[in-house]
Amino acid sequence: MTAFILQRSTQSIVVLFVMSLIVFCGVNLIGDPIYMMISPESTQAEIERTIKEFGLDKPVLEQYWYFLKNVLNGDFGLSFVQGIPALSLILERFPATIELALFSLFISLVFALPLGIYAGLKPDRKISKFIMAGSILGFSMPTFWVGIMLIMLFAVHLGWLPSTGRGELGTFLGIESSLFTLDGLSHIFLPALNLALFKLSSVLRLTRAGTREVALQDYIKFARAKGLSESRVVNVHLLKNILIPVVTVIGLEFGSLVAFSTVTETVFAWPGAGKLIIDAVYNLDRPVIVAYLIIIVAFFVFLNLIVDILYSFLDPRVRIKGSD
Amino acid sequence: MKILKQLIALMVICFVPSIAFSENLKIGIKGEPSSIDPHYHNVGPNNMFGNNIFSHLVGQDENQQAIPDLATSWKPINDTTWEFKLRKDVKWHDGSKFTADDVIFTASRALNVPKSPASFGIYLKGKTFVKIDDYTVHVKTEKPYPLMPNDLGVVKIVSKKYGTNATTEDYNSGKATIGTGPYKFKEYIKGDKIVLVKNSDYFGKKPEFDVVEFKPIKSGPARVAALLSGDVDLIDSVPPVDVAKLKKNKKIQLSSGPSNRVIYLHIDQFREDSPYIKAIGGGKIKNPLLNVKVRKAISLAINRDAMVSKVMEGLAIPAGQLLPKGFHGVSPNMKPDPYDIKTAKMLMKEAGYGKGFELTIHGPNDRYINDAKIAEALGQMLSKIGIKCKIEVMPKAVYFKRASAGAPDKTPEFSMMVLGWGAGSGEASSPLKSLLATHDKTKGMGGANRGRHSDPKVDALIDKALATVDSDARGKVLAEATELAVGKNYGIIPIHYQVNTWAAKAGYTYLPRTDEYTVVAGLQKK
Repeated sequence: MTAFILQRSTQSIVVLFVMSLIVFCGVNLIGDPIYMMISPESTQAEIERTIKEFGLDKPVLEQYWYFLKNVLNGDFGLSFVQGIPALSLILERFPATIELALFSLFISLVFALPLGIYAGLKPDRKISKFIMAGSILGFSMPTFWVGIMLIMLFAVHLGWLPSTGRGELGTFLGIESSLFTLDGLSHIFLPALNLALFKLSSVLRLTRAGTREVALQDYIKFARAKGLSESRVVNVHLLKNILIPVVTVIGLEFGSLVAFSTVTETVFAWPGAGKLIIDAVYNLDRPVIVAYLIIIVAFFVFLNLIVDILYSFLDPRVRIKGSD
Repeated sequence: MKILKQLIALMVICFVPSIAFSENLKIGIKGEPSSIDPHYHNVGPNNMFGNNIFSHLVGQDENQQAIPDLATSWKPINDTTWEFKLRKDVKWHDGSKFTADDVIFTASRALNVPKSPASFGIYLKGKTFVKIDDYTVHVKTEKPYPLMPNDLGVVKIVSKKYGTNATTEDYNSGKATIGTGPYKFKEYIKGDKIVLVKNSDYFGKKPEFDVVEFKPIKSGPARVAALLSGDVDLIDSVPPVDVAKLKKNKKIQLSSGPSNRVIYLHIDQFREDSPYIKAIGGGKIKNPLLNVKVRKAISLAINRDAMVSKVMEGLAIPAGQLLPKGFHGVSPNMKPDPYDIKTAKMLMKEAGYGKGFELTIHGPNDRYINDAKIAEALGQMLSKIGIKCKIEVMPKAVYFKRASAGAPDKTPEFSMMVLGWGAGSGEASSPLKSLLATHDKTKGMGGANRGRHSDPKVDALIDKALATVDSDARGKVLAEATELAVGKNYGIIPIHYQVNTWAAKAGYTYLPRTDEYTVVAGLQKK
């Protein structure tokens, strides 16, 4: 197990290194951050002062070398635009994104698992067909549009929920989150639903497919023949066996929920890391872009590791080994 | 829920009439400031937001005319010295007194903020601040400097006591954010909100709201939805597509007014061989834009009325010069060019381009209101006089680098480009200096002259204006320079002035500002 984790970590360091080089050069190819920062009235001399101040007059590879040296000391550089360490800027925003991702994961699981199992067990019922048709809608509608529609319906017409921002924060067990206050929950519901929709649909379809496959297996028939109650057959024997693909997808999807919540965060003005990265890309704020991507890649690697470890608990046939 | 709220409100109103209610305000703004430090970043959102907390020596009213702020009066006492008399009754948010020392301190701090992406040096370099007594400051320059009040209308005065050794982070956290403005800083959560509270000791018009929350909502439709759902009370930059709908809504009060921003075409006037111009069919051709007749023909081929009504949904004003009327230095003689295809075609023939040529128009797609659509419309209009246009639009992050220094020799890359210019100083010298004066690094002129228009007569007029202290006489020289550079030389081709729009909930109106700023003091109860 330790060997496995070590091996994974070495691999990911290589990945991080290559990725940072690509991003660093890529951002430079797109455009020049200087023209995004200066005041339009700046004179040529003022522009050159800024270029020097940020070290942008040096060759890209030299800039990268300095960056690398600083990163090894835990310094990702200052945000060009805000003048604040990029890392702290991102870490400051992460709790909001994580809580949004967790809540939307919760929403998608609560709906996707029961609906998927139902549609899988009774595939011919009208309700099942309705569920499946709905799931197609769920992942084919663009998030941006759905977000605006949710706002129009729940915030503008019905006036039930607020349309924008993060609510009041509460503290529970030392963790600060908007999930612990009523105002916070009312603010998080719409963006979480918006973010969950896609996930909900894909997990639902996965669950249904798994259920249909497993429901025909001998051990299910045997369990029924043994006279076990339907709820035990479904909740224990069936559920356990369909969970493996679902866990994989959820693990990876949680990563993508965190990494790609940009659209939802922009529509709902949610002060999370997704909104930060999209603004950073617009402004070519290179330190923030690079630091964000490094954190996200590290996060994905970590999630994959967790998924692998979870497998071994769910399925005794899978044994984690380090290559020797 | 709503009914419950109303019931509770009703009960409270009926039974506790003696309690004074606190009045809160939430504002949804498009652009979030990059910092609360008023000297860190010289860009629109920062300069706008700081107005609520800090004051200037010289204020700018909603039409960007100079008004007394921390200085009660100012005048040149000789050719190179301006005298500012300060108000004596001003207190900082912590209760301490405002004096000339704070002004002297500000002048040195604003020049030396570490890692500033755009410094205030352009307004402060070459000026020496001298304290005469606690309430008199002299500002000396080497040469006569008539734009002193305009320059000092942009630099926010900070407290010496709190500002000494304060970092940008100290302003973000509120530690050093002590101003003299109508509202005090309370809290800043990046990307989420900035909270201000009333400063009852404000020396100007008393602030009306107890707590004000600024919420950055970048997406246009989301901003409108937040207003409609009552989550915010005022929004800026209303998307043009929503204006008609909001006009009909009785719960919403729209307000709009002309902006100081002109949308115009910059035209390559410095290369014989312009990279994005070809003869019909793709052959090489001498840059036709060097010929003033062709530039004039292009201006005549632009149907500005159609641009305003169709592309801009009525939210623009056809432009014939650098600033709309009412601003200092605007020429009374200049009108937008008429739409006249016949004359335009004739001019093209006279210039020897009767058959036309091929041209790529470049523009941004996320900078100005409907910018990509403007470029497309221009392409169609120019095709009527034989100029076959390709349109290429791109995000501003890519665009501005290429438009300013994209060619291999670091000169502007494009042949013709859509751009905009907002005159921060509120008078015509700002666009003349940056867009039309000869590009000259040592003189600090023509910094944004992306077409490299160059005419010694225009330069001489601009220099003359910048040395004329008498305001009226200067205005006339600026107008003359505009008539020559835009009206005769077609150094740039103005298309329209943007119109700024705000929407507030009924019962309030926002006083439109030409500088696009959203400041709490501009919101009035009816």
